[in-house]
Amino acid sequence: MKKALLSMLLLLGLAFTAYAQPPDNTVLLNAAGATFPYPIYSKWFSDYHQAHPNIQINYQSIGSGGGIQQLKAGTVDFGASDMPLNDQLLGQFNFKIIQFPTVLGAVVPTYNIPGVSGELKFTAKALSDIYLGKVTKWNDGEIAVSNPGVKLPGNDIVVIHRSDGSGTTFVWTDYLSKVNPEWKSKVGSNTSVNWPVGLGGKGNEGVAGLVKETPNAIGYVELIYAIQNHMGYGLVQNADGKFIKASLASVTEAAAGAAAKMESDIRISITDATGATTYPICSFTYLLIPESISNSAKRDAIKAFLDWMLTIGQGSVESLNYARLPKAVVGIEMKHLAEIK
Amino acid sequence: MTVDVSAMERAPSPWTGRALLRRLAIGDEVAHLVTLIFAFSIILITSLLVYQLWLESASSRHQFGWHFWVSRTWDPVFEHFGAAPFIYGTLVTSAISLTIALPLGLAAAVFLSELAPRSISDTISFLIDLLAAVPSVIFGMLGIFVVVPLMRTTIGPAIKHALGFLPLFQGPNYGVGFLTAGIILSIMVVPFIISVSREVLLSVPRDQREAALALGATRWESTWKVVVPWARAGITGSVFLALARAVGETMAVTMVIGNDPKIVASLFAPGYTIAAVIANEFTEATGKLYLSSLIELGLVLFMITLILNGLARLLILATQRGGGHQ
Repeated sequence: MKKALLSMLLLLGLAFTAYAQPPDNTVLLNAAGATFPYPIYSKWFSDYHQAHPNIQINYQSIGSGGGIQQLKAGTVDFGASDMPLNDQLLGQFNFKIIQFPTVLGAVVPTYNIPGVSGELKFTAKALSDIYLGKVTKWNDGEIAVSNPGVKLPGNDIVVIHRSDGSGTTFVWTDYLSKVNPEWKSKVGSNTSVNWPVGLGGKGNEGVAGLVKETPNAIGYVELIYAIQNHMGYGLVQNADGKFIKASLASVTEAAAGAAAKMESDIRISITDATGATTYPICSFTYLLIPESISNSAKRDAIKAFLDWMLTIGQGSVESLNYARLPKAVVGIEMKHLAEIK
Repeated sequence: MTVDVSAMERAPSPWTGRALLRRLAIGDEVAHLVTLIFAFSIILITSLLVYQLWLESASSRHQFGWHFWVSRTWDPVFEHFGAAPFIYGTLVTSAISLTIALPLGLAAAVFLSELAPRSISDTISFLIDLLAAVPSVIFGMLGIFVVVPLMRTTIGPAIKHALGFLPLFQGPNYGVGFLTAGIILSIMVVPFIISVSREVLLSVPRDQREAALALGATRWESTWKVVVPWARAGITGSVFLALARAVGETMAVTMVIGNDPKIVASLFAPGYTIAAVIANEFTEATGKLYLSSLIELGLVLFMITLILNGLARLLILATQRGGGHQ
């Protein structure tokens, strides 16, 4: 009896070790980071695994901050961030990082004004002054001047922003910093900031919910979120003075304009980009890859995946409402790909 | 001793009784040891928790010192961090929730233990226990979709009309803010007060009630002058259990409080609590000082809980001495 039990346990143990240990040629990669690109990343990793069954990538969308921390501690093979890592952050790593833009996202203003159903047009000055608390009524001249024919009420504007730290807030505040020097010196840009005015909602759904529930409110959400939930959103004036309604094409356009500058520094911000049809409030999201990877199997797997992501992978991003990388940016990234050793 | 063992080896059956006794005696020791280890593991876990918070908050403590407790700025861009608005928000929302939940919960507990027939009392307390198990995000959604619009259109204006002369009820009413968060919290903590208070009231000896009634007291007098004072310590305990939940509540609060770190008198104004800001900003916090400040907020929350618990003990001690019933 005892022997039978023992042998059964042994068998079970063997079965478990066999299960837990993948066949020799399988490469397991761990990654963690940003939540914004999670839907497309999980599609990519699963598609790639189907095409290459020996490579398995496990991604945890714990937030950019968590991804950076884990990469720094060496508990993941690569990280992901909605915000490019600045020199100060890179200095905290004891190894070099190469940042690879993967897809593009945009942020759009959304509002709820009783009696106004059309699409409002916002100048950069109007948006930044609303968020600074300097424009407090909907019929203020700064808003009215770009919306002739719209009957704006004299009600107080209720400003709504994200309360949780997010790449969305980073893009929004990065844009406001660029177009308004006062914003830059007083508030600045980050995943969370010290807001001069307004209420905070948690997540895109929190902001959208508050805007919907509060008359005379204005907020900002990701373009993907607005498209998927059929929300109306406003047009924003770009650097060339044109009012643009955000779309996947107008976002890719903004990135294409910035490609020339990305040769020297891939982290360049693409908000407020020039070009007649570019939408001004958008940004890349990044994968953070160590420059030197000692495990050759892992290195080859990561390089092969990045190559696939930049070519075949880009074909599936628009099905999930992300904007794809412009060709010029893919070219730059291919050069960086060769630097991984 | 040796005799016993040899006797046992030779003829075990007559000694079974004694062997069983001995084994039980060893069982006592084992049980003693096991429970001791479990009890100490709580102390160990708590001290490890505090140690870790202390360690990780080092750079924030060095940078800001005690100023962290009183500074009103929370600026992740320029890296100025202060906990004052969050401490204020935590205390205010908890106070509002208890102001509402204590009378409600106590009255309900008195009804359930003193007045209601046992079958009704048991059914209702079963439902109340279910209420205590509802996840907090559900209360948050209830807040966003029901309480916030109601607050903006009906409750808020009514309160302003009646009590608008107080600075507590002035300023714009967005529907989200301290008051809404306090109301949601009160719904969340009231089951704790009812459930524990009812049990405590039920455990008051029957002869206490009978003695009061025999002295010519009415039902009301016997309840409020004899039964409730007798159960005072237990009721205080239930209130502090409720307070602990209110102080630490995260999800439901952040959904309805407005998340604006300011110290203002108006209860209609948006505010922020410690637990809410940690949950909101921890995932995307990148800088070392930023992260460390969020962890120090955790330490602050722990210390507030500690202080409140200490006050609870003192209050129970005081009522026991003053009451003289126990």
